[in-house]
Amino acid sequence: MGVPRLPHLLGIEGLAPESISGLLDLSESYIDQNRSIDKRRDVLAGRTVINLFFENSTRTRTSFEVAAKRLGADVINMDVATSSVRKGETLLDTAMTLNAMRPDAIVVRHHESGAVNLLAQKVNCAVINGGDGQHEHPTQALLDALTIRRRRGSLEGLLVAICGDIMHSRVARSNIHLLQIMGARVRVVGPPTLMPTDIDKLGVEVHYSMRSGLKDVDIVMMLRLQTERMQGSFVPSVSEYFRFFGLDTEKLKVAKPDALIMHPGPMNRGVEIDSEVADDLDRSVIHEQVEMGVAVRMACLDALIGGRRNTLGAAA
Amino acid sequence: MSGKIVRGGAPHTGSTAFINARIVDPTANAEYAGAILISDGKIADFGPNLFASGAPYGIESVDCRGLYLAPGIVDARVHTGEPGEEYKETLESAGVAAAVGGITSMIVLPDNEPPFDDASLIEFVARRARQIKLANMYAYGALTVGLEGKELAEMGLLAEAGAVAFTDADHAVGNAQVLRRALYYAKAFDALIVHLPQEPTLSGGHMTSGAMATRLGLSGVPPLAEVMLVERDIRLVEMTGGRLHLSKISTAESVKVIAAAKARGLKITCDTAPPYFALNDLAVGDYRTFGKLVPPLRCEADRVAVVEGLRSGTIDAIVSDHRPQDQDSKRVPFAQAEPGGVGLETLLPVSLELMHNGQLTLPQLFQRLSSAPAQLFNLPGGKLAKGAPADLVLFDADFAWQVDRDDLWSKTKNSPFDERPVQGQVMATIVGGRTIYRHDSFTPAAAT
Repeated sequence: MGVPRLPHLLGIEGLAPESISGLLDLSESYIDQNRSIDKRRDVLAGRTVINLFFENSTRTRTSFEVAAKRLGADVINMDVATSSVRKGETLLDTAMTLNAMRPDAIVVRHHESGAVNLLAQKVNCAVINGGDGQHEHPTQALLDALTIRRRRGSLEGLLVAICGDIMHSRVARSNIHLLQIMGARVRVVGPPTLMPTDIDKLGVEVHYSMRSGLKDVDIVMMLRLQTERMQGSFVPSVSEYFRFFGLDTEKLKVAKPDALIMHPGPMNRGVEIDSEVADDLDRSVIHEQVEMGVAVRMACLDALIGGRRNTLGAAA
Repeated sequence: MSGKIVRGGAPHTGSTAFINARIVDPTANAEYAGAILISDGKIADFGPNLFASGAPYGIESVDCRGLYLAPGIVDARVHTGEPGEEYKETLESAGVAAAVGGITSMIVLPDNEPPFDDASLIEFVARRARQIKLANMYAYGALTVGLEGKELAEMGLLAEAGAVAFTDADHAVGNAQVLRRALYYAKAFDALIVHLPQEPTLSGGHMTSGAMATRLGLSGVPPLAEVMLVERDIRLVEMTGGRLHLSKISTAESVKVIAAAKARGLKITCDTAPPYFALNDLAVGDYRTFGKLVPPLRCEADRVAVVEGLRSGTIDAIVSDHRPQDQDSKRVPFAQAEPGGVGLETLLPVSLELMHNGQLTLPQLFQRLSSAPAQLFNLPGGKLAKGAPADLVLFDADFAWQVDRDDLWSKTKNSPFDERPVQGQVMATIVGGRTIYRHDSFTPAAAT
């Protein structure tokens, strides 16, 4: 192909539309495999993938683990809670130590923005960002895109509302980049205290009310209210937040009748989303997102360390 | 590292003539071809006509070959690790870096471990300076006990021990009542208070708020957090009549408000540091922790306003804001990284960009670097005057080089200007008539 391969997947920002489409196409091919009885292929046989999670995450870590195992890789989960990191080892020392074990890929989740970029500078293997602070969560945006694309055929021209705690959300940032790269229009909706400064300069429309923000949208992406990242008061109370920014059938009325409802999980029912909406089988694609997550992560691992090595190439 | 530190020489005696120099005289706002004669460590004579007919007979003379000769830089904001964090920088290693940077006097900040809220620490710095015998070293006293912004430090005793001014370094005093009392109390000793204006409750972030911080997912410090305290502090000066100097001015709004206060005749002065007139928040780039500073790097419009503030004289002085950090403090995720950058060796070359860009003349630049801070802190150097100490810097304003952190003399290498191409190189640094640093490309072949 003559194009250099992307060494890592650290974020969506800067990826070319062809790279994203290529990854989504590759993901599609794994959906059927995941639905069949024999779920395992040996695309990554002999390769080692380390899941290095500095932040608790059952869902994402399991998803990466399942993905790697279905491709035949050996997977090691680094449980940071009991590891030397707790004993004061620095991030880079951890990186160097793991690097010396010659893994083929490290999947990293870290509570600080930029930590994964820093780690990637120090290792010789592929690094996949499993979510860093409030920066990016690229595989989440990819699985959201795959879910939408399968339902709507394409992302081009869609109107998407990302709602809630934008400030603390890496999911929001990755989705804002990806959706716009692929030709969708993005609105962010939430209380002003949860909007990062100058978010409009990222090309999105900013709304402080669900009524205006959800009007005529094709997709509603809800975000989890990240109380654990909040210092000081951002919203007066959970009940007030739900009253004005929680998604319920009433607020959803202004969206397109067939609008899809998405949530990266884990959901706080009764905080940002009403159970009636979350469980609406016609419109909620929340469980489908989880399924697509495995396929997307298989595609990312395959693209970075498998045989098909040029999928991300155009972006390097 | 293409130069030599000259250690431990005896005090200068007799007479030495520096001839064939381009003299920069900030006090007279003049620049001319001329010579300087020094005797017993002091300036004995200087001017365009001195030795105009050739080298003097019978005394040592140094042919400056047309290089610039100016009063040595007086750097009013230097943090060293001594005492407490000697692995980052000692007073001696800072003294070496200062010599290389053309700095002949420096004032060290009090935010060490222990903080300088006790007279013995001021005396400690003075004693170390006498042992090190490089640049002149002075110390700030802490403004409040433990730099906690609550109780006043013993300003009178600290002043008696030699503290040249009082500050809590990079800790802003959030409590207006405390700063008000400090400004009142300091009047008893005619002491200057140096304050970093950053509203503390708004300054918990890691870089300037804005699109860049949002994109990187880093919590931001709003630029208005600075001018809020600038405005409050100006009112406190009005209320108390105290002497206040604001440090590290970095935003357009602050420059505007300070200019207005000065126009009203208030006794208020301020400084800035090279990162704020030579860099903007793009230098944070891909989580570059060398660009993490207090206050944070601002947007381009603020940078331009700081340059204009220097040009108009609203900003009185330039400080290096030297703050060494070791690898363990910088090679971590951005939010966990310690703020600060080394600046002693890049102070002059980066500041010379203001001259190369036509924003300041050389005499104006040396007003900001030498004469204004010397006057402000009541120090003997920083000027050309008969009887003043022979603290001088000889430099080539056009010498081009590239900052390389591995070539810095400082113990730690965290320069926000790493890899920057600069123009201007110190060729010799003279303190009290004694040459303490000489660049390799300047050999003092004595003129005969």
